[in-house]
Amino acid sequence: MSQWRRVLAAGLIGGIAATVFTIIWGILLLFKGMEPIQISIQEASISGMLTGALCTFRKLTGAKSTFFCTLLGSMIFLIFNGFSPWNINLEKNSIDAGLGTFLVIILTIWSARKALTGIELKSFDRDEIEILAIRIFKGIGLLFFIIIVAFPFVYMVITSLKSQMALLTNPTDLSISFESGLAVLIKSYHEVWTTFNFQRYIWISTIVSVGTVGITLSLSILGAYSVTRLRFPGRIWLSRSILIIYMFPAIVLVIPLYSIFSQLQLRNSLIGLFIVYPATTLPVALYMLKGFFSTLPAELEEAGRIDGCSRLGVIWRITLPLSLPAISSVALYVFMIAWNEFLFAFMFLDDPNIFTLSRGMVSLNSSEVPRQYLMAGAVMVTVPVMALFFWFEKYLVSGLAAGSVKG
Amino acid sequence: MMSHSPQAKSEARLAYAFLLPTLLVVFSIVLVPVIANFWISFKTVELSDLRPPKPIVKIQVSKWPKKQGDSFVFRYRIRNSSQKFPLKNIMIRHQLPDGMLVKETDSRCSLLLNELRCVFDNWPAKYREKILHKFIIDKAFKTSKKNFKNSVIKVSADTDNILTNFNFTLKNYVKILTNPEFFFVLKTTFLYTLLGTLGSLFLGLFAAQLLNQRFTGRGFLRGLFLFPYVAPVIAVAFTWVLLLDPFSGTLNTMLVKIGFLSEPLNLFGQRYVLLNLFGFEMKFPLALSTVIAFESWRYFPLAFLFILARLQAIPNELYEAAKIDGASPIQQFLFITLPQISGIISVMFLLRFIWTFNKFDDIFLLTGGNAGTRTLTVDVYEQGFALADLGAGSAVAVIIFGLLSLFMILYFRFLPLGEEE
Repeated sequence: MSQWRRVLAAGLIGGIAATVFTIIWGILLLFKGMEPIQISIQEASISGMLTGALCTFRKLTGAKSTFFCTLLGSMIFLIFNGFSPWNINLEKNSIDAGLGTFLVIILTIWSARKALTGIELKSFDRDEIEILAIRIFKGIGLLFFIIIVAFPFVYMVITSLKSQMALLTNPTDLSISFESGLAVLIKSYHEVWTTFNFQRYIWISTIVSVGTVGITLSLSILGAYSVTRLRFPGRIWLSRSILIIYMFPAIVLVIPLYSIFSQLQLRNSLIGLFIVYPATTLPVALYMLKGFFSTLPAELEEAGRIDGCSRLGVIWRITLPLSLPAISSVALYVFMIAWNEFLFAFMFLDDPNIFTLSRGMVSLNSSEVPRQYLMAGAVMVTVPVMALFFWFEKYLVSGLAAGSVKG
Repeated sequence: MMSHSPQAKSEARLAYAFLLPTLLVVFSIVLVPVIANFWISFKTVELSDLRPPKPIVKIQVSKWPKKQGDSFVFRYRIRNSSQKFPLKNIMIRHQLPDGMLVKETDSRCSLLLNELRCVFDNWPAKYREKILHKFIIDKAFKTSKKNFKNSVIKVSADTDNILTNFNFTLKNYVKILTNPEFFFVLKTTFLYTLLGTLGSLFLGLFAAQLLNQRFTGRGFLRGLFLFPYVAPVIAVAFTWVLLLDPFSGTLNTMLVKIGFLSEPLNLFGQRYVLLNLFGFEMKFPLALSTVIAFESWRYFPLAFLFILARLQAIPNELYEAAKIDGASPIQQFLFITLPQISGIISVMFLLRFIWTFNKFDDIFLLTGGNAGTRTLTVDVYEQGFALADLGAGSAVAVIIFGLLSLFMILYFRFLPLGEEE
């Protein structure tokens, strides 16, 4: 029997997969509000191993055999768990226990098949073993990343939809109750929007961010054009210092700016932000546009000059249309920085009438404000950026790539 | 190398004109503050000192005159608002209503037409005085008591601006450097910076490996993996804080319920947790580790994006050749992939190192710098605003500036091409 290595491998993968999926289903049950639950890792891994091994052993392919295999695996899983997997009696709650068993087993079989695709293991082939190990590693890795990245955001949304009572009585219950109707469900949003005045802050944030984008773009397009296309004494020195200034932390500037702006009465005002934000985004924008402009063929502009365009005409008619994608990236990136900015908004703004969203969020972070309000605020701050991100993902990704380092 | 033809001159002039607004903004908001920061770090300035001392004058009327010929006595109650700083060359100008004839007034005051003018050389800090004026009214006097009390008094004074005077001291640096806590802050900063950078690079490398091959849903996952970086820091920081809360946070409760922990861990609030490793008791910095984990989580997308872009650019022939030569997948990774991405990884390392070093928002929002997570940047806030000593805060900022300059010198030395990328 030359198949035994493959069966062994399938058993190993089955064991790992069944354990992982059992833990995940158990946690999902907890999030559904079920308890007490129990995750029996030993039982799960042994039944997973058996399922994986047996299914490969029988050389099962095709729909009919998948059905048989799932049935067999589920039986093994249930028997090992004494017919109450996750401490849930199959007869009393056949949906949670039964569906869980079914999903764990089918995913286990699927994982084992997927991992062993194209792998024969007729002998101890180093390549095949490595490929197998890498596949297992990648599978776990993908799950790991999806969970750690998505879970905080899911948690943010769910918490914002729950009531204070529900959050405190059972923190692991992440189920959303639709019973009391939509008004109750989105109460936190309503409160944050009206009582905590986020309807105003969202406008202020928008105005500040769009204004910053406008100022930054108009200055940086001219600046980057000069640095790449015009020759003047100090050009090299200047383009080098852009990068250095770009790395200056805001915290080094905050005390002097606070002191100076306080004395100039600019501190508690949006004008102050309109001065500071472009200053922090200008170096990034210059750096990104400089990189892009230098990839444009200069001949086009020269042709425009020969045809009688002024410099500004050339920029307006030739450079700008050609670099529209790059400019969109810069605009989105600058918008993102301004929208997400926290330090200066926090230090400069005291008057609740001119808070930006970030600053408004700080006033939600108090022991007197229920935490679902804080999360509703967080969702409101996040959604606009995310919406932009998804609409213009291509631009933003290239913007991130060009800006590369800010953050 | 510059030609001096008229054409070149006009080109240079145009360039300066284009660059002028940018330079002005950057100059006034970046360079001036950096210099001002050095300046303040050598001065004794507290947060409350930013409110300049003001001369305050109030009118006090004891008895309101009834008829023509009555005497009218009123006082100025003058005061220096500052508890610390004197006022100099104070001038009070008070436009009096018609029909007031001076009978007796303070030696420092005089009447010029209808304007009562008082001049003082110096009001020391906390200075208070009452100044008496006696007048006689005639028939032209028609104003009411209320109007008189609210009449406009113009007061001007020279203040010695705390920020612009020339008193310097080394006190701030002594205060910072002799504080034993400071070296703990330095250590925390370097641990946080180094491990946060390495963590985000490692996660980024791992994630990039995962998404290097084509499969359904790859585009979606690439978008998803950028979430932590794109979302506003304030939203994700507060989410983490709630999620990891020791009393009613979901993660702690969950880990206790599935039996992984025996009691909840205060991940952002506990400085150390005692670990027992092979019989050795070890103090494990808990809050700092959580903050480093957050940092790695939030910034891995950047490393991911760059490493993925680099991975996609590796020509497939390299791998095919390696396969023919009998290299196993792990060997291919070690001897082809790693050397190909080592360049971008070292660039990312230096840049992320600098940026993590500069980071303030994240730690400030997560722990407020408590529980052994205070880095230099958070210390600037702590000294300057929480303890209200702007001078000391600036001194810390100068130290940050110095270290940062050092990193940048290293950066430009080791990566002479860095600016071209």
